[in-house]
Amino acid sequence: MLSHMTRKEKTLLHRILGGLLLFALALFFRHFPLEAAFSHSLSLILLVIAYLLVGADILWRAVRTIASGQVFDENFLMSVATIGAFILGESPEGTAVMLFYQIGELFQSLAVSKSRRSIAALMDIRPDYANLVRDGQVLQVDPEEVSVGQQIVIRPGERVPLDGVVEEGISTLDTSALTGESAPRDVGPGESVISGCINQTGLLTVRVVREFGESTVSKILELVETAADKKSRSEAFITRFARYYTPAVVIGAVLLAVLPPWLLGQAFSVWVERALIFLVISCPCALVVSVPLSFFGGIGGASKAGILVKGGNYLEALAHMETVVFDKTGTLTKGVFSVGEVWSKTMERQELLHLAAYAEAHSSHPIAKSIQMAYGKPLDPGLIGSVEELPGRGVRAVIEGKTVLAGNRRLMEGLALPAQLPVGTLVHLAVDGVYAGYLLIGDVLKEDAHRAIDRLKAEGIRTTVMLTGDEDAVGRQVAEELGMDRVYTRLLPQDKVERVEALLREKSPKGVLAFVGDGINDAPVLARADLGIAMGGLGSDAAIEAADVVIMTDEPSKLAVAMGISRRTLRIARQNVTFALGVKAVVLLLGALGYASMWMAVFADVGVTVLAILNAIRALNVTSLLEDTPPRG
Amino acid sequence: MKKTIKLQDLDCANCAAKIESAIAKLDGVDSIRVSFLSQRMVLEARDDGFEEVLAAAKKVAKKIGPDLVFLN
Repeated sequence: MLSHMTRKEKTLLHRILGGLLLFALALFFRHFPLEAAFSHSLSLILLVIAYLLVGADILWRAVRTIASGQVFDENFLMSVATIGAFILGESPEGTAVMLFYQIGELFQSLAVSKSRRSIAALMDIRPDYANLVRDGQVLQVDPEEVSVGQQIVIRPGERVPLDGVVEEGISTLDTSALTGESAPRDVGPGESVISGCINQTGLLTVRVVREFGESTVSKILELVETAADKKSRSEAFITRFARYYTPAVVIGAVLLAVLPPWLLGQAFSVWVERALIFLVISCPCALVVSVPLSFFGGIGGASKAGILVKGGNYLEALAHMETVVFDKTGTLTKGVFSVGEVWSKTMERQELLHLAAYAEAHSSHPIAKSIQMAYGKPLDPGLIGSVEELPGRGVRAVIEGKTVLAGNRRLMEGLALPAQLPVGTLVHLAVDGVYAGYLLIGDVLKEDAHRAIDRLKAEGIRTTVMLTGDEDAVGRQVAEELGMDRVYTRLLPQDKVERVEALLREKSPKGVLAFVGDGINDAPVLARADLGIAMGGLGSDAAIEAADVVIMTDEPSKLAVAMGISRRTLRIARQNVTFALGVKAVVLLLGALGYASMWMAVFADVGVTVLAILNAIRALNVTSLLEDTPPRG
Repeated sequence: MKKTIKLQDLDCANCAAKIESAIAKLDGVDSIRVSFLSQRMVLEARDDGFEEVLAAAKKVAKKIGPDLVFLN
C-alpha cells in the first residue's frame, strides 16, 4: 500500500508524522516541566504548531465551503470541534482530534487507491498494439486503426488485440483474464479468437471480425467501469442515511450545549465539551465509504472469476434469488447436436446413415450438420438427383435413383413405425415408400450442468425451472436427469416470455427471479426477468447487451459462485454498517453522559473507519469461493 | 444526450453523494450518477442546451468540492 502513494498522500503522511512528533514533544513538556510557566507555554506553542501543520487544509476547506453556504460539511464541523477544544483550554485534545482525523483520512485515501488499482490490474486486459499485415509487410499499429476484414498477426506471448477468426496457425490461448479459467484453449484455422486473451504457443494469422471499439475487450472494460455507477439498494440507503445523520447529530450537539446548562443551571463548559464530542462523531465517513467499497470489491472479485456483474444492484439481486429459470439449449446443454444411435431393420446402419447424410446435404440446420459429421465422408453431389424441402416435416430427395424421405414423424404418415422408439429427437427415413429406420439425435448436457443445479439447491434456491422448445418427452427426460423442479416444453420464443411472467406472479415479493439463457433469441426474456443472466461465450452480442450478469465461461455452475460472492459482499457491508453505527451510538451516549472524552471519540471514530475499510477490501478476495470448482479441460 | 466526465481529486464519498443530489435538482437534468470509487460522473440531459446544463452541473460540483478537477 505504501509504495504507490500519490504526492498528496505522501505530503499528508509527512505532515502527520511531523505533527505526531511535535505532539509527543508537547506532551513531554507538559508532564515534565522544566520551569512551570515556560514549559506550559512551550507545550501550547508546540501543540498549536502541530495542529496547524496537520489541520491547515481542513481549516482552509472549511472556510471555503462555509462561503458557499454548506454548513454540514465535515471540514467545518471538525474545525469547530477542534477550535472549540482549544477555546475550552483543552489544547492536547484539540490537536489529538485533528491528528487522528487526518490519519483516518489518509488511510481511507490509501485504501480507496489500492482498491482502484486492484480493479485496474484485474482489468489490465487492454491490448496496446496490433500487428497489421499490409502489402506483405507487418506493421505495428494502434488496435483502433484496424478495420474489419484486415489481417493481423499475433505472435506467441502477445495479447490478442481484436476479435477475429484464425486463418493460419495453431496455438493455445490463455483466457484467464477474461474468464477466470486457468486451462488454456486450443485454437486452429476457422476458429474464433477474442480480444484480451494471451496467445501462448504458436504464431496466428487472424482475420479481424470486429473493430476495436466493438470488440469483446472494449465491451468488458466498459462494463466493469460502469458497474460501479449503478448503485445497489444498500448504497442508496447509506447515502440517504448519511444526509440525515449529520444534521441530526449537529442539532443534537447544539441542544446538548444549550439545554442542560439552561435547564439544570450547570456550567456551560462541561456541556459544550460534550457537544464537541458529538461534532467529532458527526461524520459518517466510514459508512459512506465502506459500503460502496464492498460492492466495488465484490464486482471486481466477480470479474476475476469470469462473472461480469453490470451493477451493484444486480450483485445484490443475486443474493436474493428465489426462482431460477433455465433455457435448455445452449445453457444447460452444449447446443451441439450429435448422432447417438442409428437403427434400421431393412438395411445396414452405415447405408442408412449414408442416405440420411445425402438427403440432408443441402440443409444448414444443426441436426443436418450432425448427421453429416457422423457420416464423416465428403459428399458427391453427382449422387443427388433432386431435393425438395417439406417445411415442418423434413425433406424428400432422390439419392442414387431411390426416393428418400427424411424427417419427423409427420413425414412418415401412413408408414409403419417400430413400436418401441427411444426418447429424443428422431430423424426417420423412408426409402421408396418403405420405412427404413431412424437416427437418434441428442443434445449433450454440459459437464457442469448437474453441478449447477445441485449447487443452486444447496444455496437455497426454492424453484428451478427449465424452459425448452423441445418435445415433451425429451424435455422431461433432461429435466428429470438434472433434478429440476419444473419443466415447460414445446415453447416458442414468445411462450417463454409468458411463462416467465406467470412465474413472476407466483414468487414472493422480495424474491428474485433469474433467467439464464444463451442470448441468441432470449433477449426479451432476459429483459423481463428480475435478473437476466447470459452465457457470454465467445462474444454473443445479444447476450452481453440484454443481460444483467454475464458468465464468460458459459458454465451454468458459475451462477452458484456468483450467488456466493454476492452474499459475502452483502454480509461484509452489513457487518460494517452495524459495527460503525453501533460504535457511534455508544460513543454518543457515553459522550452525552460525560463518560467519554474527545480522545476516545476520535479514536473510536478513526478505529471504526479503518476496520470498516479493511473489512470492505476483503470483498475483493474470491479465491475461497472458487475452490471447489475444478479446472476445465 | 449522455456524457461521462472523468474526475480527479474527488476526495470524500460524502461529497460525491452531495454533488449527485445537488446536480439532480438542476433544471434540464434527466439523470446524474456520481461514483466516488470510479471517479466519474455520468450526466444525461436534454440535447438542446446540453452544454449549459453541463456547465451548471460542473459549477455546482465545484461549489461542494472545491478541490475537484474535471478531466474532460
